[in-house]
Amino acid sequence: MALKIVKGSIDRMFDKNLQDLVRGIRNHKEDEAKYISTCIDEIKQELKQDNIAVKANAVCKLTYLQMLGYDVSWAAFNIVEVMSSSKFTYKRIGYLAASQCFHESTDVIMLTTNQIRKDLSSPNQYDTGVALTGLSCFVTPDLARDLANDIMTLMSHTKPYIRKKAVLIMYKVFLKYPESLRPAFPRLKEKLEDPDPGVQSAAVNVICELARRNPKNYLSLAPLFFKLMTSSTNNWVLIKIIKLFGALTPLEPRLGKKLIEPLTNLIHSTSAMSLLYECVNTVIAVLISLSSGMPNHSASIQLCVQKLRILIEDSDQNLKYLGLLAMSKILKTHPKSVQSHKDLILQCLDDKDESIRLRALDLLYGMVSKKNLMEIVKKLMLHVDKAEGTTYRDELLTKIIDICSQSNYQYITNFEWYISILVELTRLEGTRHGHLIASQMLDVAIRVKAIRVFAVAQMATLLDNAHLMTGNVQRKGICEVLYAAAWICGEFSEHLENPTQTLEAMLRPKVATLPGHIQAVYVQNAAKLFATVLKSQEGNTDSTAAQETSQLMIERLPLFVQSANLEVQERASCILQLVKYIQKLQQKDVEVAEEVIALFDGELNPVAPKAQKKVPVPEGLDLDAWINEPPSESESEDDQPKAIFAKEETKHSRTRHTEVDEKELAKRREVRKQEQANNPFYIKASPSSQKVYQEAPGVEHIPVVQIDLSVPLKVPGLPMSDQYVKLEEERRQKERVEKKKKDKKKRKEKGGGRRKKRDSGPESEEDITPAHMVDIVTEEMPENALPSDDDDKDPNDPHKALDIDLDKPLADSEKLPVRSHRAAEALKSPAEDGEAEAAASLEPKKKSSKEKREKKKDKEKDRKKSKDDKKKKKHRRVEKGEDLLGGQADGPVAQSEETSEAAAPPAANTAEVSDLDFWLSNAPVPPNTQEAATLAEAAPAHETASGTAPDSEPDDEPKDTEPEETDKKSSKHKKKKQKKEKEDKEKKKKKKHHHHHHHSDGGGEESVQNGTMEEEEPLPPMSNYCLLAESSYIKMMIEDTNQENDIQGNLQDGSQVVVSVIFENKCDSFLKSMEFNVLDSLNSKLQRPEGSGPHDGLTVPFQLPPGVSNEARFVFTVQSIVMPQKLKGTLTFIVKNEDSSTHEKLDFKLHFTCSSYLITTPCYSDAFAKLLESGDLKCSSVRLEGVSQPFHHLLARICFHHHFSVVERVDSCASMYSRSIQGHHVCLLVKTSGQTVSIDAKCDEPTLLGNVLDEIKQTFSQC
Amino acid sequence: MIKAILIFNNHGKPRLIRFYQYFTEDMQQQIIRETFHLVSKRDDNVCNFLEGGSLIGGSDYKLIYRHYATLYFVFCVDSSESELGILDLIQVFVETLDKCFENVCELDLIFHMDKVHYILQEVVMGGMVLETNMNEIVAQVEVQNRLEKSEVLNCLFCHVNSSPINREATKPAVPDQHRLRPL
Repeated sequence: MALKIVKGSIDRMFDKNLQDLVRGIRNHKEDEAKYISTCIDEIKQELKQDNIAVKANAVCKLTYLQMLGYDVSWAAFNIVEVMSSSKFTYKRIGYLAASQCFHESTDVIMLTTNQIRKDLSSPNQYDTGVALTGLSCFVTPDLARDLANDIMTLMSHTKPYIRKKAVLIMYKVFLKYPESLRPAFPRLKEKLEDPDPGVQSAAVNVICELARRNPKNYLSLAPLFFKLMTSSTNNWVLIKIIKLFGALTPLEPRLGKKLIEPLTNLIHSTSAMSLLYECVNTVIAVLISLSSGMPNHSASIQLCVQKLRILIEDSDQNLKYLGLLAMSKILKTHPKSVQSHKDLILQCLDDKDESIRLRALDLLYGMVSKKNLMEIVKKLMLHVDKAEGTTYRDELLTKIIDICSQSNYQYITNFEWYISILVELTRLEGTRHGHLIASQMLDVAIRVKAIRVFAVAQMATLLDNAHLMTGNVQRKGICEVLYAAAWICGEFSEHLENPTQTLEAMLRPKVATLPGHIQAVYVQNAAKLFATVLKSQEGNTDSTAAQETSQLMIERLPLFVQSANLEVQERASCILQLVKYIQKLQQKDVEVAEEVIALFDGELNPVAPKAQKKVPVPEGLDLDAWINEPPSESESEDDQPKAIFAKEETKHSRTRHTEVDEKELAKRREVRKQEQANNPFYIKASPSSQKVYQEAPGVEHIPVVQIDLSVPLKVPGLPMSDQYVKLEEERRQKERVEKKKKDKKKRKEKGGGRRKKRDSGPESEEDITPAHMVDIVTEEMPENALPSDDDDKDPNDPHKALDIDLDKPLADSEKLPVRSHRAAEALKSPAEDGEAEAAASLEPKKKSSKEKREKKKDKEKDRKKSKDDKKKKKHRRVEKGEDLLGGQADGPVAQSEETSEAAAPPAANTAEVSDLDFWLSNAPVPPNTQEAATLAEAAPAHETASGTAPDSEPDDEPKDTEPEETDKKSSKHKKKKQKKEKEDKEKKKKKKHHHHHHHSDGGGEESVQNGTMEEEEPLPPMSNYCLLAESSYIKMMIEDTNQENDIQGNLQDGSQVVVSVIFENKCDSFLKSMEFNVLDSLNSKLQRPEGSGPHDGLTVPFQLPPGVSNEARFVFTVQSIVMPQKLKGTLTFIVKNEDSSTHEKLDFKLHFTCSSYLITTPCYSDAFAKLLESGDLKCSSVRLEGVSQPFHHLLARICFHHHFSVVERVDSCASMYSRSIQGHHVCLLVKTSGQTVSIDAKCDEPTLLGNVLDEIKQTFSQC
Repeated sequence: MIKAILIFNNHGKPRLIRFYQYFTEDMQQQIIRETFHLVSKRDDNVCNFLEGGSLIGGSDYKLIYRHYATLYFVFCVDSSESELGILDLIQVFVETLDKCFENVCELDLIFHMDKVHYILQEVVMGGMVLETNMNEIVAQVEVQNRLEKSEVLNCLFCHVNSSPINREATKPAVPDQHRLRPL
């Protein structure tokens, strides 16, 4: 063995380590691949060795090679080996390699589950950390399922380092195993208020990530996040929260209203640009979500825009970029406020930074108006000329087209100008967007009837100059334009000035070099042109011209007949034969033109892009029905996807759609009418014609006014759009003058006043009328087309599975699978059932006892203290919350209190929802309507209440009542006993409520604190009441003393113990005038009302009818708490029968155990660790033999009887913590093996510790 | 979420790659090449955000990068991350490297890719920001390095062995312009 080790290490001396490998690769620059392949061979040898160090070294090198692009998955098993090394050094190497090259389909991942689990629970936090980090990169659904519970436990680890990693990785676990979200969520939420900022930040991170995808499920967290936002100073956390709010506001506009103020404050106050930017972003989101009409709405917008302007003007390019980005969001809803910064944005177009220019371009899209479109496009055209990189230029080109064509060419007033722009764009070299320009040309020419004359002329020029486009190889993309040009010239050939020339141009031999599909269009449209030419020539007396044209066709077409492209060939030969036939007829002097033209008769209307999809299925047609009998079984599965046309198209949707359409049309008509009314050039339609056109669907009947173009149609060379800009300016000028005149006239006529005031100053948007009435033909849709189909969500989106309602209470079936060590898998579910059953059986018991007491109280209430009564009522209402909110009515009035309490979990749920409602309405927030916020408030309160407590943790008791108790403690601890009693009673009631909670839905959250884990059997019911004294008349039961600090008194020595005693009347007589008295010792004194002597008894504030029990509380002052105390006492009372009354007395002994001086104080594991490390605690230990009960029972007993809380539990070992009323820390480490339980304890007061341990021992010896 | 972190030099040679989503090795190399192509042609005085890596992400993703001396640090992030925040994070990361390596330069990253990974693991975990406080990061890295050292020492006591992960004792002098001096 030793020899082997030595041999191994000698071998290793010759091994390359990572540095050697890197150096080697650098030295073999010319034959790197060869060198690496020899290295890989070496690595393979090293991996075969037994020495883990050698293996780790090899794996480390593989990780490097992986970065260089080498597939190292063949070594996956060796990586797992290295991962499982016990040494951190090697483990880390293994996990790094795994995180770099493992993925879901790596099969060895299956083998890692147990190793990872072991590492997660390693005592060395860095082993755990490394495992978590690695796992975060390669977690699979299986791993997530198997390890979810282990990771969840780590979320409450002592070390913040582990906690934050565990919290973060939960997100990955949720993604892979969505079922874990609900059970884990309560704890995740808890981590939002972790004392460690890193953990808190991680929790915020995860929840933000979750909420971003499914925001509606996280709305209920808004109050908590709001609180975090207003209290946190960590910019990272703030940014995340603010981003989250940005996602939430669209769902809840009221949230936005609430946010505006703190956000604007932050905007004003913060110096961090990142935070400022996110605030602005969220304010924008808020403003978008809010319906307009808020008073300070515009102020916020102004603030945002103003801040963004500062960002854009900043010299830092990053800020400039982000400013533009945010600006584009405002643009969508508030274009006016952005438009005022046009100067700035145009300036950004000149920026040297491409990203910024692109952003500015985006903004321009929304900034154009009829007024400035030409100006902006002119500027963009200049940029097109200057732009060097083709990508940016292409971007510019598409943007120009986007800007112009947006919302159905809304902003174009002069289509001649637009056509010239398109033609100018064809001069671009090497653009990829030829087809885009082409489709625009086609679209405009088809839909704007008035422009066809001009367009055809331009296209003819283009065809004439086609050689400019085809000449260069680089210009391939642009020749697509010729497709459009040829089609337009052919289709609208009647507008051509010189069709013969164009025909000639289309049949040039050079055309054969164009792509096939363009040639095909050429051939087809040559035929159309031919028809037109024939027609024009046949009217002439000289028939030679027509024959010449036919001859031209016959000469040129064979070129295309030989084309390799099928389409071209087919069309060409068809047409060639046709022309030959025509020629024959011509030679016989037959008039053919009419017939030839008939070939291409009829108008083509544009069809909307989605028209086909929207054709509804006619009634009675079942697309899923078989036309023939299904052929065979195997194919039957394929017919599912055929149902493209959904069956659920009902008449309803159809009619609705047409309605919408009608409305839309009506709106358009209205607008158009308005424009027409203002247009002096427009001949107004008579009312009758208008009626007609309103009835007819579509716009065919709108009278189109043909206008005289003020520009010569024949533009020498290529058109210059600038000319149109100038002309347009002149036209507008003229129009304005005209309008003014008209206005004056009108005013004179009508004496002014009736019509709205017209601004004669700068022309407003509506005043600009199109140069001529353009008839934009709407795209055709099938009749009864369906409303637009919603874009489907990506079915593969992993976040879809996480759309889970988190407010619903957890069901048993949802609990996380837990590794069951002893119990077999099959046993688990019965155990769970058992738990549920036990809970159910516990419920009525609790209820009935509660009921009893309730009744008594009611009676009492009736009798006296209506004052208190009132108070209590108020109190209860606050507790429930819903009443105040006015939202959910809490059932019929007759419903008893018990039932509403029994239904606690769902009630809590609705309360939460309505809490949000309440929080969002701007009323002042009572302390416990919002559970979360008060919880946070309660934490500090709790701390002050319990003196120098270690970091307090939310209690294992349900939280909603907790702060209230604390509040009361601090504010109302007066010495007026009666009042106090009342409160105590209430408190007690609540306690019961808590227990009930524990058993009914003690889900994963409470598992550790309780010391139980889900798979274990339920706790036996425990009672703290023990018999104090009993006689034939009365029974005195004492509840395990309940303590609290009098925070209003002197904290150092004024410690109090409260004893609650239950008096039960056992006889048939009435008991009255009960007096409770105790012989004070030096150490302990009963607190008596002021003015009474040291030996006076205390009157018990109630009488007991037969068979009734009631409870009273007595406060004791205790000096020293390190020793247990025994106090002798007497109870005197009068037994009253119908005929007689006797004086009776009962002696008892009050036993103050040391445990009763302890307060259940939750403790964070890290604080606990610090405490133990501090070294000022004395140590002691005890062994308990023959303890047969399960470990979690044991822990629960210690918790229950001795007021400890579990800090952390790992298998059969648990750490526990408690504090004395005088601030002593008591820490326990409980370990069990077999029937032996050993308890190591530490405390700063050895006597106290000894006594507590004795008491614990006694507790267990009793059972 | 952060989808990927890439560090490569002025010639596009990868110095560290960390993908938080699975890509095959070939794809990874393509992404590096594309990203390098996009990033390298940008001047130093233009903004640090870049849209349109076609291979990684999609429209929701952005490349956020910083250029230090001879190295590019590129983070590919989606819209849930704050752009300026990530820029700060890169700065924090580089400053941390500077602290851990004492005047970090490209050579450190070349020869100690593993260590750089370990440092990065303390900053970003599974694509989410884990820690932004430099002192905390450095502290955790140092504790782990000490742990490693003690294990190596133990190893030396047990049987004579040299550490495979020993950092070279002498570091070659670094010319000033190569130092990744954080701004």
